[in-house]
Amino acid sequence: MQMPEPDARVLSIKPQLVKRLREVLPEDAVIDAPEETRAYECDALTAYRCPPLCAVLPSSTQEVSDVLRICHELGVPVVPRGSGTSLAGGALPTADSVILGVARMTEVLEIDYADRVIRVQTGRTNLSVTGAVEEGDFFYAPDPSSQLACAIAGNIAMNSGGAHCLKYGVTTNNLMGVTLVQMDGTVVEIGGAHLDAGGLDLLGVICGSEGQLGVVTEATLRILRKPEGARPVLIGFDSNEVAGRCVSDIIKAGILPVAIEFMDRPCIRATEDFAKAGYPDCEALLIVEVEGSPAEIDDQLARIIEIARRHDPVELRESKSAEESARIWLGRKSAFGAMGQINDYMCLDGTIPVSELPYVLRRIGEMSAEYGLGVGNVFHAGDGNMHPLILFDANKPGDLEKCEAFGADILKLCVEVGGCLTGEHGVGIEKRDLMSHQYRDVDLEAQMAVKDVFDPKWLLNPAKVFPLPVSAGRRAG
Amino acid sequence: MRPESEDELAEMVRAANGPLRVRGGGTRDIGAPVQGEVVETGGLSGVTLYEPGALTLVAKAGTPVAEIEAMLGAEGQRLAFEPMDHRVLLGTEGEPTLGGVASANVSGPRRISVGAPRDFMLGVRFVDGAGRVVSNGGRVMKNVTGYDLVKLMAGSWGTLGVLTEISLKVLPAPETEATLVIPGLVAETAVAAMSRALGSPFEVSGAAHGVAGTCLRVEGFESQVRYRTAQLTELLTGFGAPQVLEAVDSRALWRRIADVEELATDAGDVWRLSVRPSQAPGLVQQMRADQVLLDWGGGLIWARVPEGTDLRARLEGFGGHATLIRAGAETRSRLAVFQPEPAPVAALTAGLRQKFDPRGILNPGILG
Repeated sequence: MQMPEPDARVLSIKPQLVKRLREVLPEDAVIDAPEETRAYECDALTAYRCPPLCAVLPSSTQEVSDVLRICHELGVPVVPRGSGTSLAGGALPTADSVILGVARMTEVLEIDYADRVIRVQTGRTNLSVTGAVEEGDFFYAPDPSSQLACAIAGNIAMNSGGAHCLKYGVTTNNLMGVTLVQMDGTVVEIGGAHLDAGGLDLLGVICGSEGQLGVVTEATLRILRKPEGARPVLIGFDSNEVAGRCVSDIIKAGILPVAIEFMDRPCIRATEDFAKAGYPDCEALLIVEVEGSPAEIDDQLARIIEIARRHDPVELRESKSAEESARIWLGRKSAFGAMGQINDYMCLDGTIPVSELPYVLRRIGEMSAEYGLGVGNVFHAGDGNMHPLILFDANKPGDLEKCEAFGADILKLCVEVGGCLTGEHGVGIEKRDLMSHQYRDVDLEAQMAVKDVFDPKWLLNPAKVFPLPVSAGRRAG
Repeated sequence: MRPESEDELAEMVRAANGPLRVRGGGTRDIGAPVQGEVVETGGLSGVTLYEPGALTLVAKAGTPVAEIEAMLGAEGQRLAFEPMDHRVLLGTEGEPTLGGVASANVSGPRRISVGAPRDFMLGVRFVDGAGRVVSNGGRVMKNVTGYDLVKLMAGSWGTLGVLTEISLKVLPAPETEATLVIPGLVAETAVAAMSRALGSPFEVSGAAHGVAGTCLRVEGFESQVRYRTAQLTELLTGFGAPQVLEAVDSRALWRRIADVEELATDAGDVWRLSVRPSQAPGLVQQMRADQVLLDWGGGLIWARVPEGTDLRARLEGFGGHATLIRAGAETRSRLAVFQPEPAPVAALTAGLRQKFDPRGILNPGILG
């Protein structure tokens, strides 16, 4: 992975930049001492690190606007940062950039149960949005697994998903409005507590633009009433093909479960050693969860079980209580930790058409043997979003590079079968150089044209998403 | 012009030396009148992939919506966003196409619970104003690879490119449905009742208020629908005793609501407003319309007013947007058909149109 050489001119104006930033921000909101900027040297993709020129922690839209205006005037790149939980390097700085963190902007601005919306500052964490509306029995649906820590700003930048998006959609389907600050400091209001755009759907393109179009400081989010209850069934199969067919049959039967999770044998075994959830030792395991009243749940689970029986499952375990549900989920929720016990791992995020599941799993198994690296698969089967976990030893020279090559091969395979490089984590720097496998130059050109409009100088998070040679002319300008 | 392939379309756009009017089935004569040579997408037709088990369908943009709905129906699935058929309100003829639905982001009552075409479109191919063939998104349900131009194309009214192919997420059609109809509520109470229903766990998939009364739809398996109907009846006790419409009548009612049938017959201009639901009663009072239909729990106002009325001038600032859907050419030229945008937003819109259509030849003027 390569990042552009830092701009010597920008490095040389650091004192002037810091002085100007201190004119618009409180003393403690500008962090420029080298020992302190180190805290911002990476996000959750920790393999890559680089301390920024400085970091700023504004507390309001006005302060964000002031910071961006100054950086725009001085031609200094800005890397926006939510909570720094990106697995794709979305918040990785360069040495000549200012990290703009929204961590101090955590207020709830409005809750309206009648209109079913909440408006928050975007430094607020995903889980605490739900926390703010829990007393009204409401929740915010997108639930990335980092939800305890990740900020709404990052969710919007990456269009984050979660385990329940088969039913509730991802961030973009639950985002109704934003306050966006453009690189030149212009503040734009887009959308609000009403549905759809009056003109072009700018909100739709802002969501998932990885902090390259502007800094979102406030967001209006759709909130939903909590379901009466939810319960899963665990189904084990002796082949991935059969498990895949079972998923397809459940969907074809008109049942829309809130989650369909899939684990393969390597993952089941690792999990069982680690968490002892009592999972069967089988080739493939499904956890299917449905929602509703107790009677509705019974009815839907009965339908699912009837379908599963047709595929000769080796295990069928229907949860009858909250305790049994927790036990079924225990292994799935420990899967990443369990794999981490065995070794270091890299988590991928490609999506495939669900019909290609058996083929892709077989190919991953073959490649695993070729590379000599173990891999476990745990993923959201209903929507084809895979999370292969490749095991490697960070202390063994060459292992990381081998793992990266294996990962790239898996992602190329996802694209080959009609899928994509990333389902919910984002491109960042991690998948940046693979973009040309999914998109032709003309397709990337159309995407970059959008950035040209929002950020003509290409100062916002510039060296991400697009392969460096493809974006070179624009970044230089 | 009627291209028979994407390449031919790209060639035509490249060769064009004047404005082009992009047309699917020609059933949605909406927007400021556009002068230009017509480009029809009817030659780009057909479903190219349908995988019911993956809830995915890919079709060329000129494919008739009816053809797609028939194919989905045979597998017990549907386009969940329930697209409005504008022929009823606009008195137009022709066959609505998928490209038209996508370009205008046309949804219906179920938008309130599941979303609009923008939420179901997984990928697009289009020819931009320079004649470049661009692809974005794909055919999988979760995809955050690069910018989401799919949403940008949804509802862009042919101003950024001519759609050639669209991939969609589809959903299972429920076993049955039912509708509670509460008679005699005024707008304010109706919106309160709809808000209470939509804020319940009973998955209301339609909430409208018109001549029939205040209508609340539930869908699902037979037992679910029975349960939810009973629960909602109890929840809404304070608003009066509802009548319950069973499946067949319920379906017919929501088709009429989706197509805004009750505003169609009498003469007058018809406006469509997307608003914050709780603002709807106040706005309805201010607009002094001849007839009003509320959908989306109050978040969508359909209003019929005398010809030539500038409805926006009657409304004090509101968060949302008003679109003039049905009016004569003169009125549509005079009044902004689409909600005027604040300067910074208008600058972004203009910038994007300039990038995707540098010569300004795609539906020029349609957005006002």
